[in-house]
Amino acid sequence: MATQSTHFIPVKKVRQQDFASDQEVRWCPGCGDYAILATLKRVLPDLGIPREKYVFVSGIGCSSRFPYYMNTYGIHSIHGRAPTIATGIRLANPELSVWIITGDGDGLSIGGNHLIHIMRRNVNVNIILFNNEIYGLTKGQYSPTSPKGQVTKSSPYGSIDNPFNPIKVALASGATFVARTVDRDTKHMAEIFRRAARHKGVSFVEVYQNCVIFNDGAFREVTDPQEKPEHALYLEHGKPLLFGKEKKKGLRLHRFHLEVVELDDPEQADDILIHDQHNPDTAYATLLAELTDKENMPIPLGVFRSIEMETYEEAFFRQIETVKTMKGEGDLKQLMVSGDTWEVKA
Amino acid sequence: MAKTHKTVIKVDDVTVRFAGDSGDGIQLTGKQFTRTTALIGNELSTFPDFPAEIRAPAGTTYGVSGFQIHFGSHPIYTPGDKVDVLVAMNPSALKVNIKYLKPNAIIIVNEDNFTERNLRLAGYPKNPLEDGSLKGYQVYPVPVTELTRKALEALGLSQKEKDRCKNFFALGIVYWLYNRPLEPTIEWIQKKFAKRPELAKANILALKAGRNFAESTELFASHYQVEPAKIRPGVYRNITGNEALSLGIIVAGRKAGLDIFVGSYPITPASDILHELSLHKNFGVKTFQAEDEMAAIGAAVGASFAGDLGVTATSGPGMALKTEFLNLAVMTELPLVIFDVQRAGPSTGMPTKTEQADLLFALYGRPGESPVPVVAPRSPSDCFYAAFEAARVAIQYMTPVIVLSDLYLANGAEPWRVPDLDQLPPIALTSAQPGEEYLPYQRDPETLARKWALPGTPGLEHRIGGLEKEENTGNVSYDPDNHERMVKLRAEKVERIRDILPEPEIEGPDEGELLILSWGSTYGAVVTVMQELRKKGREVSHYHLRWLNPLPRNLEYYIRNFNHVFIPEVNLGQLSRIVRDRYLIDAVSFNRVKGQPLMVQELKEAIEQILAR
Ligand SMILES: Cc1ncc(C[n+]2csc(CCOP(=O)(O)OP(=O)(O)O)c2C)c(N)n1
Ligand code: SF4
Ligand SMILES: [Mg+2]
Repeated sequence: MATQSTHFIPVKKVRQQDFASDQEVRWCPGCGDYAILATLKRVLPDLGIPREKYVFVSGIGCSSRFPYYMNTYGIHSIHGRAPTIATGIRLANPELSVWIITGDGDGLSIGGNHLIHIMRRNVNVNIILFNNEIYGLTKGQYSPTSPKGQVTKSSPYGSIDNPFNPIKVALASGATFVARTVDRDTKHMAEIFRRAARHKGVSFVEVYQNCVIFNDGAFREVTDPQEKPEHALYLEHGKPLLFGKEKKKGLRLHRFHLEVVELDDPEQADDILIHDQHNPDTAYATLLAELTDKENMPIPLGVFRSIEMETYEEAFFRQIETVKTMKGEGDLKQLMVSGDTWEVKA
Repeated sequence: MAKTHKTVIKVDDVTVRFAGDSGDGIQLTGKQFTRTTALIGNELSTFPDFPAEIRAPAGTTYGVSGFQIHFGSHPIYTPGDKVDVLVAMNPSALKVNIKYLKPNAIIIVNEDNFTERNLRLAGYPKNPLEDGSLKGYQVYPVPVTELTRKALEALGLSQKEKDRCKNFFALGIVYWLYNRPLEPTIEWIQKKFAKRPELAKANILALKAGRNFAESTELFASHYQVEPAKIRPGVYRNITGNEALSLGIIVAGRKAGLDIFVGSYPITPASDILHELSLHKNFGVKTFQAEDEMAAIGAAVGASFAGDLGVTATSGPGMALKTEFLNLAVMTELPLVIFDVQRAGPSTGMPTKTEQADLLFALYGRPGESPVPVVAPRSPSDCFYAAFEAARVAIQYMTPVIVLSDLYLANGAEPWRVPDLDQLPPIALTSAQPGEEYLPYQRDPETLARKWALPGTPGLEHRIGGLEKEENTGNVSYDPDNHERMVKLRAEKVERIRDILPEPEIEGPDEGELLILSWGSTYGAVVTVMQELRKKGREVSHYHLRWLNPLPRNLEYYIRNFNHVFIPEVNLGQLSRIVRDRYLIDAVSFNRVKGQPLMVQELKEAIEQILAR
């Protein structure tokens, strides 16, 4: 326990182990959540933010246990509602680095409304959505991201729901930073987390997370070493959209959709799109996001969109300042007698 | 001005109701009458009766807007059961308000509006001014529209602009009837229309014309004098319940040295709280209009976690949505103030009508053993103190607190002697200090409150949440004994709030035949009844509950001292249930659930009946 405030001593470098709480981690052995926890603990010390400034806010789900395992401030709240709490925290104290940990059920089903609204407002928080395409904590029902036809406990004959594409939800909600990564690729994940943290405004990161118990191998295409090269499309700003074992395949715009071209074909190689994460329109990023749901198309990983926009907090506090300049610091005595008053004399 | 030779009759108190189309400026007229009446030193209470529709078609019954004022030379506690004078600007206004009139009441109507079309819209097959159906009243048909136009003839205004002044003509008549000066209204008009002097002139002319008309014609046989009341010296203002809640919470924030964070979602009749607080961003007030009621209270909880005082305001349907977060606030033991401005339910119910039916919901309407302190203001101005006290309890005991107001208080207004803020008690925070050995669920031995440790403070990092907590450490715990202990600790903490609450005092003798036990907005009606009964020599006492949880210690003592405990409520007997359950007594429940406040007369009759037994 610190006996001196860290404000007065040179900030000691916070290390990865400083972020570990004394609570026993209770996810199933082999769960993808472990890798995400470890990666985040590795990334946070690099951000130059003192530990006491971090707040982790979660809803309910396996993923939402996360705050208990971080030795920072945290609230494990109620199902789906973490964005509301996070918004309140940011507006009470905009100095804090606020992280929302949510699941596909938590964020996109019961909490869908809050999720889209925090993104449209561009509240400066980092949202990490653990997508395992299943309800883990309640032991295996289909979720709003489960593919159609998925057999689960509550869909023994296959799910008939059309799934959400989380990246599209984020883009449609106006999120200013939208990215996707995978639990098995911790290097990539670390890089994405770092960029999300540095982004000013809302950052939305979908993490493909393997639930070994109820939905094992859901993301095999991008985690299996054999399959991955053929299926993973790594998005890098300013670089061509290439994938395949030898990076011999690329994407180009044809009419209103993306199509695969072979690099060997000199006729087509020049058409390959260069990734532009700063494209102000969401149309381009949406085209990329939709690849995920198409047969024979690669799955994009990386940053879909990253644009600069005023944050909600900036507007919020600027307005308060404007009112203060306009009206002066509030005088209570004056306020008490505002409107019509009259005096009754003794 | 010709001196009047008509007789002046002294009366103790009077109830006047202005009614007309929403577009007739009824609310404004009522407010002007209120202002003048307050200025000349009468006691008063007012209530607006808004139509439910935003812009109902002109002339319809559902488009009628009303404003009622009860004023007198003695203390006034309600806007009045029944009306002495009705000013009806059209047939519909007469139609919907006739049921509120006393026998032989004065009705002043704008006869120009009693056209065939308007009579049809009001559903009158025949003109009530002509068919003798108003025989039991003193009816004064006045061609208000025509006379107003005539008075403004010389001004270069459009017909429409002239007609807009007719409410001031009507106001002039009533001013004459009750012997009120025109000056306060004239001054107000001059200020209001400073940029349009021609309109100021027109409205003043209309006002004077109305008064002169009443004075010079033989219209009324007499006029009335209501002497000033004995009013405590001081600076006064009018205040509605919703304004008072807003002010109370702002003052509490200042006293505690905290910013107020208001998360809210619009809903009748609570929206005005959000509107009011949104204006005062220079008072350390942050307002956030959320996407729904859950988000509104959720953001407030988040803000409280991070060091502001979270506040949320709502009514029935929104209250239902907030229960989940209320429970999180109970579990995480964070300060939070919830304003529930009750309206008639269930479900959407009657959004513009009042009720007291959320009491059991506020006390018990949450899964699990979930104790929440509940305070109920008794009058519009009392909302100020209730909000302040709620904030004080929330902060000092680290708990959510529900303030049970209702539509009747929210929209009702009364003059309020502006208090000296230095007289309000201080609000002490339970803050943990940087560097101290912090256990999130360690409690103050007296209050049982845990300490508030704000994110950003080095060394106090901790996690809280909805899962059951181990005593002291706050670690997640499923231990059976720990759970029972925590359930009891949370309940005990709320019980201990009594230590800082003054106990209500009984009005009347400590023991006797009948005790009226009331809570919330019925206060005014009950006090009025009490005074009338005691004047007649009846043996009754009155005890008014302010905090419904925890209940005051002296309540049981009084309850056992009376032969009858009579509990009037605007619900089906919710406090009665609690009293019967806790004290095993045969309380008499008196209930009305009509979306209206309790009427003095019916209350009095019911009590007389019991006393006569
Ligand atoms: C209001 C409410 N409804 C239902 C539940 C039960 N519940 C807990 S977690 C959960 C689903 C979690 O799924 P997800 O968000 O995908 O998280 P995961 O466990 O997969 O990480 C449900 C339905 C709850 N805790 N609260
Ligand atoms: S159920 Fe699935 S998601 Fe939950 S901890 Fe186990 S493996 Fe992880
Ligand atoms: Mg899931």
